[in-house]
Amino acid sequence: MSSLTIPITQAPQRWVLPDRGKVAMAGLIFAESAIFTIFVVAYLFYIGKSVTGPTPRDVLETPLLYTICLLSSSMTVHFASKSLERGRTGAFLGLWSLTFILGGLFLFGTAQEWHRLIYERGLTISTNLFGTTYYSLVGLHAFHVTAGLLMLLIVLIFSLSGRVSQRESGRIDVLAMYWHFVDAVWVVVFTVVYIVGR
Amino acid sequence: MSPNAIAIENSQSERHPWTEVLHEWVTTVDHKRLGILYIGYALCFLLMAGSEALIIRIQLMRAHNDFVSPQVFNRMFTMHGTTMIFFVVMPVLFGFANYLVPLMIGARDMAFPRLNAFSFWLTALGGLLLYFSFLGGSGLYGAGNAPDVGWWAYAPLGAKAFSPGHSTDYWTVALLVSGFGSVGTAINIIATVFSMRCPGMHLGRMPLLVWLNLVMSGMVLLAITPLTAAQLMLLVDRYLGGHFFDTQAGGSATLWMHFFWIFGHPEVYVLVIPAFAFMSEIIPVFSRKPIFGYPVMVGATVAIGFVSMSVWAHHMFTIGMNSYANSFFAITTMAVGVPTGIKIFNWLGTMWGGRIQFKTPMLFAIGFLGQFLIAGLTGIIQACAPVDWQLSLSYFVVAHFHYVIVGGILFAIFAAFYFWYPKFTGRMLSERLGKWNFWLLFLGFHMTFDVMHVPGILGMPRRIYTYEPRPGWETLNLIVTIGAFIQAVAILVFVYNLVVSYWKGAKAGNDPWDAWTLEWSASSPPPAYNFATIPVVASRRPLWDLKHPEDPDSRYE
Repeated sequence: MSSLTIPITQAPQRWVLPDRGKVAMAGLIFAESAIFTIFVVAYLFYIGKSVTGPTPRDVLETPLLYTICLLSSSMTVHFASKSLERGRTGAFLGLWSLTFILGGLFLFGTAQEWHRLIYERGLTISTNLFGTTYYSLVGLHAFHVTAGLLMLLIVLIFSLSGRVSQRESGRIDVLAMYWHFVDAVWVVVFTVVYIVGR
Repeated sequence: MSPNAIAIENSQSERHPWTEVLHEWVTTVDHKRLGILYIGYALCFLLMAGSEALIIRIQLMRAHNDFVSPQVFNRMFTMHGTTMIFFVVMPVLFGFANYLVPLMIGARDMAFPRLNAFSFWLTALGGLLLYFSFLGGSGLYGAGNAPDVGWWAYAPLGAKAFSPGHSTDYWTVALLVSGFGSVGTAINIIATVFSMRCPGMHLGRMPLLVWLNLVMSGMVLLAITPLTAAQLMLLVDRYLGGHFFDTQAGGSATLWMHFFWIFGHPEVYVLVIPAFAFMSEIIPVFSRKPIFGYPVMVGATVAIGFVSMSVWAHHMFTIGMNSYANSFFAITTMAVGVPTGIKIFNWLGTMWGGRIQFKTPMLFAIGFLGQFLIAGLTGIIQACAPVDWQLSLSYFVVAHFHYVIVGGILFAIFAAFYFWYPKFTGRMLSERLGKWNFWLLFLGFHMTFDVMHVPGILGMPRRIYTYEPRPGWETLNLIVTIGAFIQAVAILVFVYNLVVSYWKGAKAGNDPWDAWTLEWSASSPPPAYNFATIPVVASRRPLWDLKHPEDPDSRYE
């Protein structure tokens, strides 16, 4: 006998399991949170421990406008995935493009800030402890924004060629989870770097 | 016999050219093949890391020995530790998890088969990178060297000034890459367990092996990632001129220790929880009783998962933390002993009154129980901060954690090999060779690691390439070395058994141990699709229900 078969006896009436994409993304977010926690702890631990200047108080300016861009992109991505769920692909395309633009603006803001710090203020990653921790933490976040933007862009291209429909709504939700996470991390990074750190 | 099964067996018996077979294995996304790849890969590294251990032991066999230079000695213990943890024990455990979890929950594959293959190849690449350092450590133009900073690479040893060349970079990148692989596998196991269970397989009906691997995966997500973060910081320091661990610029060497051990201690539980998982499947089958206290076992495992996240600084009592921190970490460390003790009593409760069969897997399981208990007890001794001040960085610590990893985890892995090899290959491992394997390993293990506690108490420091001939030290070290060689012979017997039994072993059939979990309902080895029809389960022991329709478990659960 090569295989015993389990008799199909009391098959449960309803057998619904969570979506594997969402479970996996939750796992990834869990793991990423731990990485960010370590970087945030390092940042907090090293506040005021730099031996030389410049200090955060000297050079940092609060990027309020770009923060508003990133946080509102969380809203647009939410409504985009809700529109797709209801089958309104036109609204989805519009909101999704808006999300991409808002995220892109945020990244542009980070680039501008870094340019200013490096070329005007002379703060690089090797200048002092503040530079090391600042560029690492903000850079790690910017890296996640970039990865998110690439994924948003791929969906945008598919959407423009008319390949994203209500059927893909579950997958879009998974991507939206990631984007919300990137935004939530920014709230922590913003608080630590621009409020506590100064 | 179902017609599907006949068709598959015919197609498998056809002869393929070896290039085609190789291509199939390299491109496979089948969880069973990936599981075997993980295990085979880990066994290769076991032989290498074992050889490194023997070199260490030959050097320490007598005082003032000059078998290897101090530099080579440093490389040997660094490579031995790093390899054993990251490229032997973790891949073996991931291999078993990969192979068994989908079969046990009645699924046809993992949730993400391609992610699974990707994770394996990342891990494989990590191991190759680490060993490439023997050639490329100083950039290929000089005589190569391997990392020599110890497996924990304490700052400032890892800094560019103290580790020039690329040997430490190979170590960093190898761990980074294999860490991504581990996180991928962990996410995959979690998604598989939550989203791929067959109808009727409630969380409360999952085999304990599945439960424990779920907890292990959750811990991997939280424990491996701090190491990833710390390695990223080290790379920033080494390549971009950062100052994270640069004490001259205000950085802190202690912070590296914290980050390393926030990974390092939960890692021990990442390794030992799957060993507990093997015990929880093997002991019931050979005691002919269902597991004692299933819900308590699950609860205790989750409790270990939580508590073990807050014990890391017991590795750092000697660096001078304040008394509150010392007390906190001493108490949490002792507290972890409580759920672990519950588990040991549950396994004993399972054996109590059972008709115990002393087959090889059960011998290893019983060896595990006793040895893991002793390992835990020496752990509790060192949880007392003042005792640790005396014993830290001595051979007592080395003896303690080898008791956990060899006496506990390795014995459990051997039990798992003897138990599931028939399922993997369709052949039984030789019982006669298995007994030789067990008793030789048992003898060698106790000669090595029981005795090793003593020089530790006498004050022999670890990681020193030689020592003064103090009274008794040479004899003790000689006994330890002889024990190490007996263990090596036991490993060779095991490898011989693996190879010979693949062709000469007795046919296993589907269910050689009369066991109760779903993997034993598939043929041995299972077809690529695992189950012709997705099974439906009504209790924790579906095969018991099938074999005893007059008295099924589902009536009582």
